[in-house]
Amino acid sequence: MRDVAIHHDDAKGQYFWVWGALLVLTGMEVILAYKQVFQAVHMLEILLVLSVIKSALIIAYFMHMKFETALMRWMITIAVVACFIIMYFFFFPDAGRITTLGVH
Amino acid sequence: MAEVTTLPHDAVQHAHAAPGAYEAPLFGAYSKKVGMWLFLASDSLTFGALLFAFSYNRIYTIPWPTPFHVASITNATIMTACLLSSSLTMVLGVFAAQRGDRAWTRNWLLATMVFGTAFIVLHGMEWTKLIGEGLTIPGFPHPATAATGELAEVSKNVPQFSATFFTLTAMHMLHVTIGVIYLGVVALRKLFLPILGAIWLAGYLLIPSDNVFHYGIHVLLLGLVIASIVLFLKPKDYDAHDVEVSGLYWHFVDLVWMFIFPLVYLMSTRIQ
Repeated sequence: MRDVAIHHDDAKGQYFWVWGALLVLTGMEVILAYKQVFQAVHMLEILLVLSVIKSALIIAYFMHMKFETALMRWMITIAVVACFIIMYFFFFPDAGRITTLGVH
Repeated sequence: MAEVTTLPHDAVQHAHAAPGAYEAPLFGAYSKKVGMWLFLASDSLTFGALLFAFSYNRIYTIPWPTPFHVASITNATIMTACLLSSSLTMVLGVFAAQRGDRAWTRNWLLATMVFGTAFIVLHGMEWTKLIGEGLTIPGFPHPATAATGELAEVSKNVPQFSATFFTLTAMHMLHVTIGVIYLGVVALRKLFLPILGAIWLAGYLLIPSDNVFHYGIHVLLLGLVIASIVLFLKPKDYDAHDVEVSGLYWHFVDLVWMFIFPLVYLMSTRIQ
C-alpha cells in the first residue's frame, strides 16, 4: 500500500506538465483563430489536429489509458476511431457537394 | 470454508467447472472501470453525431455567421481553463482516494465541483447574453430586447446556427451538470442532498421567468430524485474505485469540450 503511494507521489509531477501543455495548446488555438494565418478549411484542419492532440493527452494521462492493458487500449481506440471514420465518409463528401450544386 | 482461487488467464477455458474460481478480467481492469469505459465509448458517439451534424450544417451553409465578439471568446477560453483545471484536481482526488486519504479525496472532489460549477455559471451567463441579443430558437423564453438585438438577424436568416449552437452546448452543459451532481454524491453522499435541493430551489425562485434557465434548473430536481434513490436504496461507502470511475466520466466531459470549443467558438469568431 505504501509502495503504491510512493509510486504515485513520484509520478504526480507529470500531470501538472500535461495540464500546462493543455493550457498552452488552448492558447495556441485562440491565437490561430485571431491571427487568421490560414484560410477557413485549413483552419478547421489545424484546429482538429490540435483538438485530437489535446484529447490524446487527456485520454492517455488523466484517464490513465497509457497505464492500462494493451488490449483495452487498442479495443476502445480502434472501436471509436472506426466509428468516426465511417461517420466522416457518410457526411462530409455530401456536405461539400452541396456547396457546388448551385443552390443558394 | 471453501477456498476462493483465481485462475491464470490461459487456464480459463479448461477449468470452467471449478466452483468458486474467478476468471482473470479480460481487460486487466475491474468491471466498474470497464463498464464506465464502454459507456464513455457510446457517449462519445452521441457527441460525435451532434458534432458531425454541426459540421455538416457549417460546411454547406454559406454564409455562416461569425458573431462571437472578443468578450465571448474570452469567456469561452476562461471556461476551457476551468474545465482543464477541474481535470487536474480530479486526478489529484483519485490519487488521494488511492492512498486512503478521505479528507483530501473530499477536498479535491469539491475543488473539481467548484470549477465545474464555475463553468456552468459562466456558460449560463453567456447563453443569457446571447439570447438577450437575439440569438434564439423557437420556444425559448427571451426578454423583450431580443427582438431588436444584434443577433436577431442571425436567428432569422441562418436558423441552423442557433439550432446547432444551442443543441451542442445544451447537451454538453447537461453532461457537466450531471457530472457535478455525480461528484457531489461520491464526495458528500447523503449530505449532498439538502445542498442540491437548496440550489435547485434558489435557482428556481431567483432566476426570472424570461430566462431559459428558470425552466432548465429543474434538471437539478431530477438529479436530486435520482441521487436520493441511489443513496437510500444502495447506501455505500464509496471507495477509490468509485472515485476513479467518476473521474473517468469527468475527464470525458472535458474531452468533449476540447472539440466543441474550437469548432463552435473559434470557427465563428468575429474578426474585425
